[in-house]
Amino acid sequence: MTISRAAQPRTPIDRSGSPLLSVQDLQVEFSTSAGVVRALDGVSFDVRAGETVAILGESGSGKSVTAQAIMALLPQPAGSVVGGRILYDGRDLAAEPVRKVRDLCATEIAMIFQDPLSSLNPVYRVGWQIAELFRRRRGTPKKDAWAKSLQLLKRVGIPDAETRIRDYPHQFSGGQRQRIMIAMAIALEPKLLIGDEPTTALDVTVQQQVMNLLADLQAESGMGMILISHDLGVVAEVADRAAIMYAGRIIETGGIQQVYDHPEHPYTRGLLDSIPSNTSMGERLTPIVGSPPNLLALPSGCSFHPRCPFATEMCRTTVPELRQPEGWSAGHVAACHRSEEVLAHD
Amino acid sequence: MTDESKPLLSVDHLKVSYPIRSSILLRKIGENVAVSDVNFELRAGETVGLVGESGSGKSTIARTVIGLVPAAGGTIRFEGHDITRLSLREMKDMRRDMQMIFQDPYASLNPRLTVRDLIAEGWRVHRGIVPRERWTAEAKELMERVGLNPDYSDRYPHQFSGGQRQRIGIARTLALRPKIIICDEAVSALDVSVQAQVLNLLEDLQADLGLSYLFISHDLSVIEHICDRVLVLNKGVVVEEGTARQLFEDPRHPYTRALFSAIPVVRPWLEETS
Amino acid sequence: MTVPPTIAVQTMQRARRARRGVTARITIPLVVIGLFIVGAIAVPMLYHFDPLSTDVLLRLKPPGTTLPDGSFAVFGTDQVGQDLFAQMMMGARVSLTVGVCSLLFAGVFGVLTGLLAGHFGGWVDNVLMRIADVQLAFPSILLAILLASVLGPSLWNVIVVISITNWVVFARVTRSQVLTLRSREYVEAARTLGASQWHIIFRTLLPGCLAPILVVATVEFGHVVLLEAALSFLGVGVPLGIPSLGTTINNGTAYLSTAWWISTLPGIALAALVLSTGILGDALRDRFDPKLRSA
Repeated sequence: MTISRAAQPRTPIDRSGSPLLSVQDLQVEFSTSAGVVRALDGVSFDVRAGETVAILGESGSGKSVTAQAIMALLPQPAGSVVGGRILYDGRDLAAEPVRKVRDLCATEIAMIFQDPLSSLNPVYRVGWQIAELFRRRRGTPKKDAWAKSLQLLKRVGIPDAETRIRDYPHQFSGGQRQRIMIAMAIALEPKLLIGDEPTTALDVTVQQQVMNLLADLQAESGMGMILISHDLGVVAEVADRAAIMYAGRIIETGGIQQVYDHPEHPYTRGLLDSIPSNTSMGERLTPIVGSPPNLLALPSGCSFHPRCPFATEMCRTTVPELRQPEGWSAGHVAACHRSEEVLAHD
Repeated sequence: MTDESKPLLSVDHLKVSYPIRSSILLRKIGENVAVSDVNFELRAGETVGLVGESGSGKSTIARTVIGLVPAAGGTIRFEGHDITRLSLREMKDMRRDMQMIFQDPYASLNPRLTVRDLIAEGWRVHRGIVPRERWTAEAKELMERVGLNPDYSDRYPHQFSGGQRQRIGIARTLALRPKIIICDEAVSALDVSVQAQVLNLLEDLQADLGLSYLFISHDLSVIEHICDRVLVLNKGVVVEEGTARQLFEDPRHPYTRALFSAIPVVRPWLEETS
Repeated sequence: MTVPPTIAVQTMQRARRARRGVTARITIPLVVIGLFIVGAIAVPMLYHFDPLSTDVLLRLKPPGTTLPDGSFAVFGTDQVGQDLFAQMMMGARVSLTVGVCSLLFAGVFGVLTGLLAGHFGGWVDNVLMRIADVQLAFPSILLAILLASVLGPSLWNVIVVISITNWVVFARVTRSQVLTLRSREYVEAARTLGASQWHIIFRTLLPGCLAPILVVATVEFGHVVLLEAALSFLGVGVPLGIPSLGTTINNGTAYLSTAWWISTLPGIALAALVLSTGILGDALRDRFDPKLRSA
């Protein structure tokens, strides 16, 4: 019944050499009136050129904070990086002053957000907003900048680009605004694109189109991509690797097919099981019991243990580290003491 | 005495439009038709789903049925009575039978009221359902029924998580003992694991209390799961209607096909090999 | 760990200081205003202040003089021999009374208007807001002078005049907050419960408007006090015989080069009171702002 989707031939990723972006043991804290909240507790992952990494999690998992920390967009003065490194191009972005990191924005690392209406300036024409990037960052003369702006709008699939280039953001639909944001993001040919819930606010038919657009752009330019989402399905076609986050830590990571087909962590398993499309119609859903933890009062040991069907005494006392269960594929690791049992239950 | 074959709610040729008014004199100079010629029925114990993308009119239909938005044409009948154009007083009585759960768990609860006051607000408006002395006790009972700890009845909404707030919202609607509950994107703003909990709760309540649901969502996988019958809406018009299974397996209208094929499949590589 | 620990610690400290700064800007003005209230109540009583008595021998004494009858004129005496401190505090009493009363009348009327205009919309909103616009178009001092000359000088007339000139800001702030709230889902939820208009306006919308109303009221208090002083300075405010900071300042203008304290000290007191209310209003708005956004 399903119409076949555009199959993306996946270009093999060159795993030799150093990664484009390497986040190592990143720790972020927020100072709130209720106390200090540890939003990220030692997050590590790599992104290579041409690779798409999906960072997945629910609210409070820390996935958006990761993106904000990389781009020096943490809310000031409340949030700060308190440990770890963000290595890009030989520099540690966490140790550099905010101003310098923001210089990298849009030129080498670009970001697109969830709600394009609030990210696009409503009082300037869209053509002007894209052209402005070229004029300010590269000193391109006005005529050339507008020509490039038109080219980009066509590339991202805005119909009648010649006339619409003079329109204002509110005159476009949600999906089109997101495409315009993507156009602005790729304008200066960044090496890395970070998408923070880029399709969450869009209709389901438009979601697919935008994801395909991102995949095409990546194939053309070879840039690395980080996609942050709470929807496991929407990234499934485009991502190469997945990192599942819970309570500020990555609790499972690996090739996306391995993670979805053979989850090694009970949380990942629970998430996959609770999605309605995975259960046949009319049957009861199997949710994960309980609710996500309060970051101000994390459970001892493994922060997932109160909700875990596999929990043992050790889970209550010792925080599990990411490890590869015996005999399973390389690169697929989970922070769980009981991964072998979880896998056996497939 | 209920007639099993008569529908609880029946909507015929519903039309809803928003007038466009001139700025100073507020004269009507045009209209924006949000919904046109919609027909459906809801029977006791049944769940009917309205699915569509943004601008399809599904939320408008929900709001018109419950009386927040006036209908420009057509009729809405509840238990045989025409409720399309009611006075404020008559509508108040109707409210006891039809309630609504809203989408945003963070904006749908008055931040200045405690949970107990939120649940009891309905009893404050409709005196006579529950005597005042019993408000706290009954509110706590409702909290238990929806899976909340009754000891928390003196807390404020901001002290609860999104899923818990939605449960408070459900408890509120149950307070008036309605026959129909309209779920306007009730689980759309929740995390996936919490969504499943709330959907199970809604199904349990339906089985226990014999409720009927009008379920509005843009999320097809949720609609497939919980609805007996589904109406697919596009730009204010019903393009197809049928049981969830029918629409999923054999969609007729091109829009329905496009919609269902766009549902993100969690493990698409399995389909490629099969 | 390569992030220098000092950067992280500095950020945390800055965050803490920002929060403490807001608290300081709330407590200090409150202390100042509190002192004014205490002084206004207590000092004239302690000094047995009689606004109509004069003692020519004691006139124009500088601050810090010890008077023949043993009392200490901490702020000096004025041109008719009254102790300036007592007179200032009596004037503060008037200022505070007029301030609170006008604020109450203007506030109640303005908030009610704003609630009705915001909730009902349509022609009600149009009519009420155009009346407000007309009100604002009138220069307040001229209106006050007009009303004072028509109605005659009296304390109540001053309060009426000031209320009339100041209700609009309450109406506007309330109306805009109502417009923000009415599309919030919890207001719609109250409607679906079947709540009456009264219930929605007073039990659902009004509590959500209190925070911005409080902020506005604090700043308006300063304006109102200043307006009363200005009117009294011009001679169209409180009637003769009731001392006001404004009249005291006016009385002292003739002696600026010789007995500067008669005008200056009440002026400083007035400035301190108005400044405190302004800072307090700002700080309250900062404190409530994040909650306003999420509420």
